[in-house]
Amino acid sequence: MTFLNIDNVTKSYGAVEVLHRVDIAVQEGEFLVLVGPSGCGKSTLLNMIAGLENITGGEISIKNRVVNDVHPSKRNIAMVFQSYALYPNMTVGQNITFGMEMHGIPKPEREKKLAEVAKLLQIDHLLDRKPGQLSGGQRQRVAMGRALVRDPDVFLFDEPLSNLDAKLRVDMRTEIKKLHQRLKSTIVYVTHDQIEALTLSTRIAVMNKGYVQQLGTPKEIYDTPANMFVASFMGSPSMNLLPATLRASNGGLAAELTGSDGGKLLLNLSQDGPNLRAYLDKPVVLGIRPEAITDPDGVDRNAKNTQPLRNMVHVTEPAGSDTFVETTLSGKACIARMRADVDVQPGQPFDFIVNMDKAVIFDPASEDRITG
Amino acid sequence: MSGGAQDQAVRTGRIARTFIYVVLIYFALFYLLPLFIMAINSIKPLSEITGGNMMSLPAEPTLAPWKSAWSTAQIGVEATGLKPYFMNSILMVVPAVAISTIIGALNGYILTKWQFRGSNIIFGLMLFSCFIPFQIVLIPMARLLGLMGLAGTTWGLILVHVVYGIGFSTLYFRNYYAAFPTELVRAAMMDGAGFFRIFWRIMLPVSGPIAVVCIIWQFTNIWNDFLFGASFADLDSMPMTVALNNLVNSSTGVKEYNVHFAGAILAALPTLLVYIVAGRYFVRGLMAGSVKG
Repeated sequence: MTFLNIDNVTKSYGAVEVLHRVDIAVQEGEFLVLVGPSGCGKSTLLNMIAGLENITGGEISIKNRVVNDVHPSKRNIAMVFQSYALYPNMTVGQNITFGMEMHGIPKPEREKKLAEVAKLLQIDHLLDRKPGQLSGGQRQRVAMGRALVRDPDVFLFDEPLSNLDAKLRVDMRTEIKKLHQRLKSTIVYVTHDQIEALTLSTRIAVMNKGYVQQLGTPKEIYDTPANMFVASFMGSPSMNLLPATLRASNGGLAAELTGSDGGKLLLNLSQDGPNLRAYLDKPVVLGIRPEAITDPDGVDRNAKNTQPLRNMVHVTEPAGSDTFVETTLSGKACIARMRADVDVQPGQPFDFIVNMDKAVIFDPASEDRITG
Repeated sequence: MSGGAQDQAVRTGRIARTFIYVVLIYFALFYLLPLFIMAINSIKPLSEITGGNMMSLPAEPTLAPWKSAWSTAQIGVEATGLKPYFMNSILMVVPAVAISTIIGALNGYILTKWQFRGSNIIFGLMLFSCFIPFQIVLIPMARLLGLMGLAGTTWGLILVHVVYGIGFSTLYFRNYYAAFPTELVRAAMMDGAGFFRIFWRIMLPVSGPIAVVCIIWQFTNIWNDFLFGASFADLDSMPMTVALNNLVNSSTGVKEYNVHFAGAILAALPTLLVYIVAGRYFVRGLMAGSVKG
């Protein structure tokens, strides 16, 4: 059964349509992340699920009940806001129980739920403080407590970690993930941080300009991006997108690139099919993740199709755990991610190995991925 | 060597500081002088004023002028003192300030957190009311009060002051609430709180500073108003300011300057008191409103 169903939903402000025919079906217990650059419509969609914005067209239903015209407080949802939105005049305890108080739940029951949630989030010792006396991480916990205490059908998170410093953000990310694994709750989570999206989600909807560009598991999104936007948005450093020409080679297909010395380089593709064959001798875009380009010792042992590539190294950037090596292919900068202690010299040619199992091909005009 | 330079810096600072204090004290004295003269002359017998120096301290201090101004001085035709009119003013000011502040807070809440099509235009029009001169509305207002049966009553005056006060109180609260995070209102909405509950439980508890500003502003303006009081009030609803004017103007015989001074201080005392009690919040609230608005 679909738990939260977003069916053909559009949103317009006057004549301007900002969200176009969004279809997402969320199953019970799923952790769906809406990710995209600012202005892509992800927060608008979340606010529509919450009931804070009207739905222009289509339907949103929770547990088979259409909620288009249901007041936010009657949808049985809870939301964690970016600014936490803690009531400054109330104590932590009052903040957490305010919703239950508004719903007329008797005091003993409120106290019991409060104690449970406070223990779960380890904020028992803070219950009598005001939000102004808390640190960022503590406020974050209180905001989550306020959502948890209501046992909602769906949790909505609106960029909850973006106000925290880098280290705390990573800690809280892990904690949210643990919380989800323990409570098996259904979560819709908005972020612009692709790493948050990949680490937390069971499924990701990548959005841009009001369209859902791709909906899939983190692995699907990362390995087989639907188009060049998804390919470049997800992953850091982002996927190398190199102009190439599709050629026939040894009975299969190959991507022809221009090396840094101007010579032609051929990389045999792992995939083949009529759709790809239609692009024979035409320009395409070859997409390769940085970690699929390595030194000979760093090759993935399970890779079936690895191709050597000799090219000039421009810059090396040691980053502690990895070394990023920049080279030029078809006139574009191309980043390779290698082991930390690899011996690469800038200004020297180097024998790269490309794992072509991980390569994807895009149509340069439509920017969509060409499948088989 | 560096020590010497530092000494120099401190000494220059001290000179500048002394200069600043001298200037400030001079201006403070300058502004306090009229109050001082009023105060010393209000406790002199009349003979000391007419026969001597206004600046000199009282030779025989007496509270008689104060008692006279409060309870026995001739106001218009009756010798009641300012007491009943002081009560009139209180009965007018307290409801007028309370009502205009509450309406202003509600308006500010609606205009920022429950915006509707045209809400900004409505706010603009309300602001406009701050700039309408009192004299223009005298005749239409008199007609309106007559039609409503409120002419010459305290409630009529309250209505006039509330209508005039809403413009300013709305401005104050709107600008204050504009800086109030809307996410809090949304969170409360999702928690199941309605329009008035959000106002009462979330907005009002944090409105202290701006409420103080609004109350001081309204209190001072309404208490000090003379024009509306003189135009719309009867003898039994006449406010303090009008009574003071009658006290000063209606003496048939000798001008009792000492009684006039005492009466004027009595008339100014409530606003002075409000400033002393809540003045520091006034400045704080004004700053908050102006910076964030």
